[in-house]
Amino acid sequence: MSLTKSERTIIMSLWDKVSSQSEAIGTEALERLFLSFPQTKTYFPHFDLHAGSAQLRTHGAKVAAALGDAVKNMDNLDSALSPLRDLLAYKLRIDPVNFRLLSHCLQVTLARNLPRDFTAEAQAAWDKFLGRMSDVKTAK
Amino acid sequence: MKENKGPDHQQWGIKGQALKQQHKAASDTFVIDHQQAPRRDTMVHFTPEEKCIISKQWGQVNIDETGGEALGRLLVVYPWTQRFFDNFGNLSSSSAIMGNPKVKAHGKKVLTSFGDAIKNMDNLKGAFAKLSELHCDKLHVDPENFKLLGNVLVIVLAKYFGKEFTPQVQSAWQKLVAGVATALAHKYH
Repeated sequence: MSLTKSERTIIMSLWDKVSSQSEAIGTEALERLFLSFPQTKTYFPHFDLHAGSAQLRTHGAKVAAALGDAVKNMDNLDSALSPLRDLLAYKLRIDPVNFRLLSHCLQVTLARNLPRDFTAEAQAAWDKFLGRMSDVKTAK
Repeated sequence: MKENKGPDHQQWGIKGQALKQQHKAASDTFVIDHQQAPRRDTMVHFTPEEKCIISKQWGQVNIDETGGEALGRLLVVYPWTQRFFDNFGNLSSSSAIMGNPKVKAHGKKVLTSFGDAIKNMDNLKGAFAKLSELHCDKLHVDPENFKLLGNVLVIVLAKYFGKEFTPQVQSAWQKLVAGVATALAHKYH
């Protein structure tokens, strides 16, 4: 299920529009995740997850950085994300269902921030891209 | 197994005559084996704030447009869902789907029915009982699709409400769409 040329263009162009505020995007997505799907907080018992917390912002920045890397390496997600996969799947042992929840919250965040650009086509491309990222992160 | 319609069944969601008999015979403390113990009906409970958030925003939703947009996006983003709409005409591309008049009309119908959920947030299962039977017996829709559509609707609402669609607001809507999806699946057998 590799991304088509047109999907890659859509993804890159959308990311370009938010890349200057990517940390805020990552942080907002996490805030949404923890509020809508509180079970995801179980992976962060050591964090202060309240809105505006420094730890939330730091982690949001990490999520955004990983996303940015993935966008730059769409042709080669397997090797680009391999260190992240090792961390998430083997060290942290995150249940794969949670990546789908984060993908949804990222899409809500993008839709809210870029209402005109997050068209049906853009949503389809991003859903596929984030799905691919989840696949890589959970590949055994 | 056919579902019982007696009051015990309605309260506890028990399926099957045999279980109903057991429970009639059992004491109130339910000494039945845990595997067969009746579940308390897992109703979704909305706080007054959540109900207020949802009702207020629902009043601002353009049912005509939002329904078509949500259904259209479902068909675009999750193309296998098109299997239920073979007679809808041209679904060959994203623009064809989003502009398809049958998609828009059906989307409006779906969203209007969603509006019923908002009037019955304390009893989603009751409100959607008939629709649940319809989706199972006549339409043969995999309940997974209700979750997909619910999440697509949340994305569409985020698009329309922008800044107002805060994480708190989203969490209220996620609770509602999950409740509707569960209610729609409740009568499946």
